[in-house]
Amino acid sequence: MLRLPAGGKLLKIGAPKEIFEGEARVAMTPDSAKLLQKLGHTCVIEAGAGVKAGFSDKAYADAGVEVAKTATALFKAADVVVKVRGPEPKEAKMLGEGQTLISFFWPAQNEKMLEQMKAQGSTVIAMDMVPRISRAQKMDALSSMANIAGYRAVIEAGNNFGRFFTGQITAAGKVPPAKVLVVGAGVAGLAAIGTATSLGAITYAFDVRPEVAEQIESMGAQFVYLEFDASELPDGAATGGYAAPSTPAFQAKQLAKFLELAPDIDIVITTALIPGRPAPKLWTKEMVAMMKPGSVVVDLAAERGGNCDLTVMDEKVVSDNGVTIIGFTDFPSRMAAQASTLYSNNIRHMLADLTPAKDGVINHNMDDDVIRGATVAHKGEITFPPPPPKVAAIAVQKPKGKVKELTPAERRAKETAEFKLQTRNQIAMLAIGGGLILLAGLFTPASFMSHFIVFVLACFVGFSVIWNVSHSLHTPLMAITNAISSIIILGALLQIGSGSYLVILLAGLSILMAGINIFGGFMVTRRMLAMFQKS
Amino acid sequence: MEYGFTTAAYVVAAVLFILSLGGLSGQESAKRAVWYGIVGMGIAVLATVMGPGAGNWFASLLMLAIGGGIGWVVAQRVKMTEMPQLVAAMHSLVGLAAVFIGFNSEIEMVRVAAMQAANDTAGLAALAGFAAKVAEKTAVEINILKVEVFLGVFIGAITFTGSVVAYGKLAGKVDGAAKKLPGGHMLNAGAAAGSLLMLIIYLQIGSAFALILMTLLAFFIGYHLIMGIGGADMPVVVSMLNSYSGWAAAAIGFSLSNDLMIVVGALVGSSGAILSYIMCKAMNRSFISVILGGFGGTTGPAMEISGEQVAIDTEGVAAALNEADSIIIIPGYGMAVAQAQQTVSELTRKLRAKGKTVRFAIHPVAGRLPGHMNVLLAEAKVPYDIVLEMDEINEDFPTTDVVIVIGSNDIVNPAAQDDPNSPIAGMPVLECWKAKQVFVSKRGQGTGYSGIENPLFFKENTRMFYGDAKKSLDALLPLID
Repeated sequence: MLRLPAGGKLLKIGAPKEIFEGEARVAMTPDSAKLLQKLGHTCVIEAGAGVKAGFSDKAYADAGVEVAKTATALFKAADVVVKVRGPEPKEAKMLGEGQTLISFFWPAQNEKMLEQMKAQGSTVIAMDMVPRISRAQKMDALSSMANIAGYRAVIEAGNNFGRFFTGQITAAGKVPPAKVLVVGAGVAGLAAIGTATSLGAITYAFDVRPEVAEQIESMGAQFVYLEFDASELPDGAATGGYAAPSTPAFQAKQLAKFLELAPDIDIVITTALIPGRPAPKLWTKEMVAMMKPGSVVVDLAAERGGNCDLTVMDEKVVSDNGVTIIGFTDFPSRMAAQASTLYSNNIRHMLADLTPAKDGVINHNMDDDVIRGATVAHKGEITFPPPPPKVAAIAVQKPKGKVKELTPAERRAKETAEFKLQTRNQIAMLAIGGGLILLAGLFTPASFMSHFIVFVLACFVGFSVIWNVSHSLHTPLMAITNAISSIIILGALLQIGSGSYLVILLAGLSILMAGINIFGGFMVTRRMLAMFQKS
Repeated sequence: MEYGFTTAAYVVAAVLFILSLGGLSGQESAKRAVWYGIVGMGIAVLATVMGPGAGNWFASLLMLAIGGGIGWVVAQRVKMTEMPQLVAAMHSLVGLAAVFIGFNSEIEMVRVAAMQAANDTAGLAALAGFAAKVAEKTAVEINILKVEVFLGVFIGAITFTGSVVAYGKLAGKVDGAAKKLPGGHMLNAGAAAGSLLMLIIYLQIGSAFALILMTLLAFFIGYHLIMGIGGADMPVVVSMLNSYSGWAAAAIGFSLSNDLMIVVGALVGSSGAILSYIMCKAMNRSFISVILGGFGGTTGPAMEISGEQVAIDTEGVAAALNEADSIIIIPGYGMAVAQAQQTVSELTRKLRAKGKTVRFAIHPVAGRLPGHMNVLLAEAKVPYDIVLEMDEINEDFPTTDVVIVIGSNDIVNPAAQDDPNSPIAGMPVLECWKAKQVFVSKRGQGTGYSGIENPLFFKENTRMFYGDAKKSLDALLPLID
């Protein structure tokens, strides 16, 4: 349990102004504040916190949010502090014992800060640690921010790209469509694909996880396939759906593919990140040099060193051959209103899970997979890294045989091989069958063999005729062959003239049964066929 | 009449029969094809009755008239949903007739042999028809005749009991599950070996007792073989029995030196065999394992299914249908059981009148007989050009708004693709789960004929529309506007 409401006072959720340079987002919007109040909480916001995102203090006040004049006042008043960026040292100092901080935290990279939180006895819920399970999607702030980043990356690229995205044929001349390559089809990559295709660009996408090919294609981009064995691939499921580092052989193939693509591509958007590692270098100097002047590279991984060799973090640089490389790291912040709305909703969902009874009392249930996973410091202890969640995030990927596109030459080779095999099989069968028949002919009289010829030929006719029978007519076929098989009546007719009464009796019964078959079989077939009609 | 004329008539009849089977390649030509068959059969019977060797016209025509009458009435009365049983029952008649005719040959052989032994020249000269032919045969020919008779009786007997059991299973009079007596395949193998032994005894000693004992053994094989095959494989069984009845006729034709019987028997036999092969291929089963009842052997634990079956009410289905543009209906045996095909047809008509694309996806083994669903839908006047085969429609599911699964289960089971341990692994299935929404009309939460849990019912885009198919759809009809 957290600090309980003192003297009946309800728990207060407070959002300070972000003090990180250039950060425009805010962790609480007037709308989310209203919904938080429905959970039984009261809300407080630092004066001016929402201004950059387009939310005035008055809007907050109208939503029933108390406005604190300074950050100090806010930190004092709030029981739960919600933020976007992780705490700056100045802010961290203000957090007291029993207070809860909900924000991005990156505990693996910020051990010192984590230690400090532990020492201060504060609870920290890191939004970047929310486990990737279906139930927690509504609080997955990484995804909602990545979505914005992907969208914004395309917009930034367009802003720096001197042509249309879509191809046009106008009276003033023909405009070719822009070709966009998206590397890494995570949330940001998919959002970028969607934006680029809806603007009319021809979009290609690449990812080391072949299982995302379907998602890429569903967004309207072409998946850039590499030729490789399934065994060379990392299993996406083992890493919670994130990409894992790839093997050297795979990397070599990937670089070769990119070199092949580079001269054609107008806009490259790289989003490749591997959790807990520097960003992999995927778009090399050579590739940039091969691109046409005026092309744009947007590197969404700039914060972690960038996927492109030439990326400079937080800056836009132009290469020697006139390719613009954008290394901004604040894409979500550049769309502060949208980003704040989504982020504050993520925060609200987190608080809703923390307040299961909707009575304004926070129940910090450490048995809950989501809450346990996101909590990195609690009650004076560091609770990071969390134990693996009880529910597996994603079903284990089964090895899947990849259907390879055959080149015309390969297909022809395959067909020839099949044809040869068929020929060989047929000749073998004919040889064996012929041999057997010849053998039989040696021991059987001519009268038998003359019937046998008829029999074998009839079998062949039967085989070749039936292959053409339409699928939907299989039941009538059975009925008609059934009727025809009562040809056995001929045998009975030939025998009924016998002198033996037993023979006459049995033959008579046979005629009776065959008669049922003849009439029944043909009638039923006719009835069935009469029903088939065209629309 | 002379032999020449009879043979000429037989040639005409044989050609007509071939045309009759070949004509089934299309719905329109099939209507003509039946007449070829009928005329062919008429010519064959007439030529035989009028040709040499036949006698006792009165008895022949009487029996034919009685049998024909029964057949006519049954064919008129039978419901289309009972077609599989009817076909199976009729196969049993051919099988039994083959057994009787085979016995007759044996009786005649014994009679002729007795006359020859007694040197009864007058009696031999007076012999007519089949007996006269037997009398002319040399010792080698008699032996071959014996083998032919033996084969005819053997196949006929298997066909008879097999078809009776298949009839029982299809009509629901015998439990559909695969059952085997202790000993399983060994019993069949033993009985078959016993029959072979009987053949040798029969050839060496010529005892009719051996023939009778073999018949009993063959009866047992037929019974046990089909009892051991599960209900889901019935389409294959029926077409296999169809094939057997053809081979029996061919064997009897050999014994009677009748070329038309040989030709037609071979036609029917090979067509049934091909049909069984096509069926097996459609189910990705080996033909041998179906015949031997090898179905149902799992190799490991089935994949666990997570999630739950979510039910939906009539209004929900109606709303989805009203909004959908493209709809695919997958009928199965459940539709036949509930007699819902008329309602389905009505639903189709209404939806099509609203300008929606409605199509039917037919799995090759839907129902209990190959092409069973096509016949039922045709009966309900669903135009056949919107009824498509699996291969034609499987790629269209991702672009389909609503799929309605009516009483089918195994043929829409994704486990066939996802779960290598599933008993139906590798069987091609209709990939309906790729559609935006799937409604499954089903009586309850039970498993299908093969008793396999169906992960489709647990998928996120699947809604269960519980209840008798006909009642559910009847309730749905007025809500479509």
